[in-house]
Amino acid sequence: MPIKVVIAKPGLDGHDRGAKVIARSLRDAGMEVVYTGIFQSPQSIVRTVIQEDAQVLGISSLAGGHLEYAADILALLRKEGASDVLVVLGGTIPERDAAKLMTMGITAVFGPGTPTSRVVEYIRDHAPRLRPTA
Amino acid sequence: MARLTDVPDSARSQELKGPERAWQSDHLHKDYERFPPRRSRFTTLSGAPIKDLYTPTDIANIDYLADLGFPGQYPYTRGVHASMYRGRPWTIRQVAGFGQAEDTNRRYKYLLAHGETGLSTDFDLPTLLGYDSDHPVYSREVGKIGVAIDTVVDTHALFADIPLDEISTSLTINGSAAVLLAMYRVTGDERGISGDRLTGTIQNDILKEYTAQNEFIFPPGPSVRLVVDTMEYAANCMPRFNPVSISGYHIREAGATAVEELALTLSAGITYLEAAKERGIDPDVLAPRVSFFFDVHRDFFEEIAKLRAARRLWALLMRERLGCRDPRSWLMRAHAQTAGVSLTAQQPLNNIVRTTTEALSGVLGGVQSLHTNSFDEAYAIPSEHAIKIAVRTQQILLHETGVGDVVDPLAGSYYIERLTKDILEQAKALIEQIDAMGGLVAAIESGYVNQLIADSAWEQQMQVEANERVIVGVNDFVDEVSPSEMELFELDPRTAEQQIRRLKETKASRDQRSAGQALRAIESAAREQRKNLMPHIEEAVRERCTVGEVCGVLREVWGEQRPSTRF
Repeated sequence: MPIKVVIAKPGLDGHDRGAKVIARSLRDAGMEVVYTGIFQSPQSIVRTVIQEDAQVLGISSLAGGHLEYAADILALLRKEGASDVLVVLGGTIPERDAAKLMTMGITAVFGPGTPTSRVVEYIRDHAPRLRPTA
Repeated sequence: MARLTDVPDSARSQELKGPERAWQSDHLHKDYERFPPRRSRFTTLSGAPIKDLYTPTDIANIDYLADLGFPGQYPYTRGVHASMYRGRPWTIRQVAGFGQAEDTNRRYKYLLAHGETGLSTDFDLPTLLGYDSDHPVYSREVGKIGVAIDTVVDTHALFADIPLDEISTSLTINGSAAVLLAMYRVTGDERGISGDRLTGTIQNDILKEYTAQNEFIFPPGPSVRLVVDTMEYAANCMPRFNPVSISGYHIREAGATAVEELALTLSAGITYLEAAKERGIDPDVLAPRVSFFFDVHRDFFEEIAKLRAARRLWALLMRERLGCRDPRSWLMRAHAQTAGVSLTAQQPLNNIVRTTTEALSGVLGGVQSLHTNSFDEAYAIPSEHAIKIAVRTQQILLHETGVGDVVDPLAGSYYIERLTKDILEQAKALIEQIDAMGGLVAAIESGYVNQLIADSAWEQQMQVEANERVIVGVNDFVDEVSPSEMELFELDPRTAEQQIRRLKETKASRDQRSAGQALRAIESAAREQRKNLMPHIEEAVRERCTVGEVCGVLREVWGEQRPSTRF
């Protein structure tokens, strides 16, 4: 079974070049990828993760909203009993915020210039095994 | 026929072919035996193959008068003004915007005090997307990537003490541009500066939002109508103001090639003017105030050629396709910004050098105004220190290097002229291809344009990852130890709270009945295809209606555009 990944753009940030390049490289690496498109609320992102039964959520943020949106998304995932989903984040994230994100429960922060191969490798190595279907 | 070189005809270029072949076998290939080519294949940043050498043979078919001409004359390849920077230097126009209006106003004054010559405004995401600062979810984005504007009370604070009749202002806004244009007009008016004395530019180029920048609100159809409304409105009551700045910048930043940037930008320009023509508005009334905005990217020569080709192609399209007779309709005035995507988070001071060479290609390409990125912008809104260096970069180029002392200095270069011609021809072919799909709106709606850009972005990323392109500090010359963090700009955490308070006060103190009437008038005008919405929007702005209220009414009538999930 391929790893299933949701790539999401929370809030009003329209910078989607990186999100789309990452989505394509994960797909090319054999993963099943759903891209939410821009303008997503934390609720709609978590809904997509659950509906798609995704093991991995990649959040893309390039407009400074990363801390608030990540906090909301992580809280909602916990509430929905989906805290085993691997949540990673990419974009223009100052170092001090990257550290904060990691303590919140984001497992990896990928800054500008990260090779897509590193993202692919990380997800391959860290994606949780599929939950047994009920 | 005046040829570009003193070669009388192509016979001479035939004569060169023999010696060139001899040079290749006797010299070039021998050189390569000792020093093999650095790259397996040399291409421009956009992927066009680059030959070893360019000679008169490469430009044998270029006619000086027809293809280049003199600066200030059709087809404007050599520039839109006869004297170019000798007479009027390009405008140093740094975009600024964060926090509340007062914060950005202080930044304006700082920039002007350091020699900036034009203003430019970035708005925050709620403003760009037509929401008020008290939106239940989006209030967290207030003031972050631009200034928060809810009502005309905010634009008064934004331009406090700025002489709007002396200094030109650019407003980077699209989806909600009609509201901001009205606010600018009303701000001037309430300060006693009539519309005919206001100069500046509003971006208001909605089509590239659907394919590149992603700050759209309504579907393309009504959005194009709104652009035409603003163009007609400005022609009537703000005749020195550019109501649209057709932008390739975001298309390029999203990953397009130089040719795609050019073709999609000019295609958008044609779309707006043809839509206006269908409504019975003579293109010669609107075209003279259409301005442009391009990226100046890493590839030094390609960008110069792109800007020269852009002017010539626009002139050709305006004269031949739109049938414009007024020479002012033919000339493309352009702003350029150095490439945000070329900035690296690694070794940030290197960005000063990148920005300098990109700015230089903008100048050699003949732009009318220029924004130079700050070295810390891969992370955040620029700090004062960083933005000052960006301004100084332009001043050094203008005053110390001599590059502005002669008009179009690279004309006649075999390579530049060949590249200019190639880019022009390829862009023209892509415009024709888009026409064959039913025009740019149809090409956007079919997903073609988004896919085109995504494919180009992917290709460039793969080149970097295969190390076919060296990015200093990123995939080569990498520092082992990451440096201590820069002093980054930080937004006052009370921004949203304060902005919401002001919004509430403004709404509480206005004449509710008049405000409500003004909004209803917009709604009924929006339902009528032929009515210009701008007088109604202006009225609503005067009555202290908010960006969110005006856009909310239009959302009800027109609906929202759904974002694409293609990648």
